[in-house]
Amino acid sequence: MSQADLSIHAQVSRSEATEVMTAPTFSVPAKKMAMWLFIIADSATFAGCLVAYGFIRNASANWPRPFHGITNVALMTLILLTSSLTMMFAVRHAESGDTAKAFRWTLITAVCGIMFAALHLREWFGMIGEGATLFHNPWGTPLFSSLFFSITGLHLLHVSGGVVALIVVGLRYRGGRYNADDLEITGLYWHFVDLVWMFVVPLVYLLNLAH
Amino acid sequence: MTTAGASNSSAGKDIAVYGCLLALAGIQFLIAYSDITASQMFVRMLIVAMVEAGVALLFFMHLWENRGLKWFVIIFTVAVILGMQYGWTDSFRLSNGVPWAK
Repeated sequence: MSQADLSIHAQVSRSEATEVMTAPTFSVPAKKMAMWLFIIADSATFAGCLVAYGFIRNASANWPRPFHGITNVALMTLILLTSSLTMMFAVRHAESGDTAKAFRWTLITAVCGIMFAALHLREWFGMIGEGATLFHNPWGTPLFSSLFFSITGLHLLHVSGGVVALIVVGLRYRGGRYNADDLEITGLYWHFVDLVWMFVVPLVYLLNLAH
Repeated sequence: MTTAGASNSSAGKDIAVYGCLLALAGIQFLIAYSDITASQMFVRMLIVAMVEAGVALLFFMHLWENRGLKWFVIIFTVAVILGMQYGWTDSFRLSNGVPWAK
């Protein structure tokens, strides 16, 4: 093999190696992969909180059942599930290059998030009005209030962060600084917030309904 | 299929998934009012929640379209969540060992 052949062979091998090194994991772009890793880590956080809640509920003697109706929580669930659908519409329009519609559906999703947060706060203030605080509640073990406000507060924090992210990413997408992939990645986070709520509702609300 | 046709088909699929999630959420609310023990209620609600989460993961979060990522997410998440279950036996020991236990 001549010196020239060896040189060409080395160049080809180097380009193949570079391709392997830069190929995205699972054919997923790096930014999306980072969001998936965050979602996995965050699901561990929520799972930890919910398992701790179950542990304490199981080990507490006088666990209260203070919820008398499901209207508020059903409405919150409906709004959050609907916001996932509107987020899907935003992503679909972004993929097809319709910036105006994608931005509009992103803002509708953010409005749904704000409505959810408002209903959540209304419920919190109602409970606080009845005497429940982070360290005390009038119905039984104080741990109930601690866990209720901690778990729903952590979720509300995620919703609030998601609303801010939706507005910022939506505006930057409309301005041309972000693309459809960025909107889809924000959508992944929003769907995750919805997914967590699917576990919070039965465990924290429905199992504590007064019958 | 044209771009408009594909877009309508995707929107139809998204609405069908949304309807499915609403129905599953409705089942959870029905279970809450059924006449069963707390542990039966817990198990049934958890199963419905897992199915609901699975549908959202596969179709809203597009895991269905990426086989490698799907298994990566499933194995990591299930391993972490299963790892957290070791505390339950201690929880039952606490409820049976405390002074108010019968």
